[in-house]
Amino acid sequence: MSAAILLLIGLVMMSLGYLVYSRFIAKHIYRLDPDFRTPAHEFEDGIDFVPTNRFVLWGHHFTSVAGAAPIVGPAIAVIWGWLPAFLWVVMGTIFFAGVHDMGAIWASVRNKARSVGSLTGDVVGKRARSIFMIVIFLVLLMVNAVFAVVIAKLMMNFPTAVLPVWGAIVVALIVGQLIYRRIVSLPVVSVIGVVALYALIWAGPSVPIQMPAEVAGMSGNAVWILLLFLYAGIASVLPVWMLLQPRDYINGLQLFVGLLILYGAIALLNPVLVAPMINNDVPAGTPSLLPLLFVTIACGAISGFHGLVASGTTSKQLNKETDARFVGYFGAIGEGCLSLAAILVACAGFASLADWKAMYSAFGQGGVTAFVQGGAYVIHNGLGLPEVTAATLLTVMAALFAGTTMDTGLRLQRYIFQEWGEIYNQEWMKKPLPATLLAIGTCLLLAFGAGGADGSGGMIIWPLFGTTNQLLAGLTLLVITVMLVHMRRPMWYTLLPLCFLLVMTVLALVLQLKTFFEQENYFLLGLDIVVLVAAILVALECAAALKRHRALAAAEQSDAN
Amino acid sequence: MPTKRGENWRAWLSQARFFLEESYSARYRGAIARSRRDHDDLFMLLVFGEMMGVPNPASYYTLELQPLLLERFHDWHRRMGMEHSPLDHFRCC
Repeated sequence: MSAAILLLIGLVMMSLGYLVYSRFIAKHIYRLDPDFRTPAHEFEDGIDFVPTNRFVLWGHHFTSVAGAAPIVGPAIAVIWGWLPAFLWVVMGTIFFAGVHDMGAIWASVRNKARSVGSLTGDVVGKRARSIFMIVIFLVLLMVNAVFAVVIAKLMMNFPTAVLPVWGAIVVALIVGQLIYRRIVSLPVVSVIGVVALYALIWAGPSVPIQMPAEVAGMSGNAVWILLLFLYAGIASVLPVWMLLQPRDYINGLQLFVGLLILYGAIALLNPVLVAPMINNDVPAGTPSLLPLLFVTIACGAISGFHGLVASGTTSKQLNKETDARFVGYFGAIGEGCLSLAAILVACAGFASLADWKAMYSAFGQGGVTAFVQGGAYVIHNGLGLPEVTAATLLTVMAALFAGTTMDTGLRLQRYIFQEWGEIYNQEWMKKPLPATLLAIGTCLLLAFGAGGADGSGGMIIWPLFGTTNQLLAGLTLLVITVMLVHMRRPMWYTLLPLCFLLVMTVLALVLQLKTFFEQENYFLLGLDIVVLVAAILVALECAAALKRHRALAAAEQSDAN
Repeated sequence: MPTKRGENWRAWLSQARFFLEESYSARYRGAIARSRRDHDDLFMLLVFGEMMGVPNPASYYTLELQPLLLERFHDWHRRMGMEHSPLDHFRCC
């Protein structure tokens, strides 16, 4: 199968999803109203509530939700063959992610731009809100631990990328100062920043930095993980304008450039997918496709994290309610395109099936390494860039994504600890430094607890991260469905994805429970049980809330009659 | 007289600049405004501290600023958790 044709099929299907399905949902289910006064106008304050041009808002929404996860998940999941991953990404984007993201914006806009967390409390109930808080905490915990492991692995496998990845932080710091002190205007700074980043990528292969296999009794991998958390800890307490803001900005620009390069290379080279369409010869120990595929690929098909962004910041800036379709649904399509590129390069970026099988020698292998190696092969042969430079470019792209997500994730986790300090009246926990240390401590515990002292086995928690993320998406879909029930509108378009997600999540958790027990990994077994209990509570909450609200809606209707 | 082409080019540039600036600032506007407010709150404490019994060596200068900051006084004391003005001498609410 030709990669370019598959790419075209994927793009056409997603375009149809946007043009047809999203129009139907926007018009008949959410009934987006161009005359509705959005919170951005109602509470306009020039700070949080600002009516924003829809293209700018789309750019923000997309760069906030797109990270390393839509690359890592699909690049692991192609172990079952390219077709299942392709279908889940494309169908998931059309029927799940787009509806979920657009719905999260709509639900928030219709409720004074409140976040899904606070909406869960009001629309569904207080119990659901408590579950929501726990699930958010677990998602952040896992995302930070997993991404630290991902970056550490990249640093060990691709020493040529060490200089540009850490150099990017220096570039961001300088960019931040240049803008803050108004030394140079933004367009000039943008060019300087991107050129500096690419100069570092170009210089990277000449200055490879290899961490020794053992440093002070610890593996090189473990040292990288500790260094990354040290960095993320410092970054998360610095003022946002100093590092986070310029880093996100440069990353956003790099995302578009990287995507263009990848898509351009695939179109020009048109490589053949060497991976099997459906892999009947999966390595021993690979779990069953059903249900694990649906939690291995979370971001890229549907992700609860999007709901947090959609209802946290995007909904406060929406100019017209009808823009929710472009910003939310098309934002999901943007992420689907990133995942599609990851699938294609992880399946077509190898010279032969044997090479591909060597990469995917066990479940959890491949992943981002396959994305970088496969992508480098495609870019080298398609655009003529030296393979090592292309590999450095893609490593930097993946590591920067994971890095900025870690920065933000750790900051959010710190806020949660500080909030708990407020709730339980613990003075020390309210302070930024102890709260940050607590956040780092719990993440390190997970990164090392999951995979032993060298931290290399941390990828085992990837599917667990997927399940937690899907649970979060499930809770958002529940809020949207309950709202639809109240308005007496069709609820199947959100209820069916919700049921599907819950069934797959619970099945995956039970399956993993068995695996962790057999592997005698009691730490992850405990974590799995926590997530499973949360999943069952969410399912019960769904059933109870829908029953209650249907009865309420019926009573209101009979009163009206 | 500027040519039409030049005008188009300039309009395009200003549009690009607008997009870049919005992309840079929109996401962090709230966080930065909040941290700026924290700085301003500290400044308010410096200016009005002496009236609440906190000795201030620079009061000769800060006294002059008080009328300029009066407008913000009400918001500030509310934000600091004091329902009414903490000062006996002048009450704002």
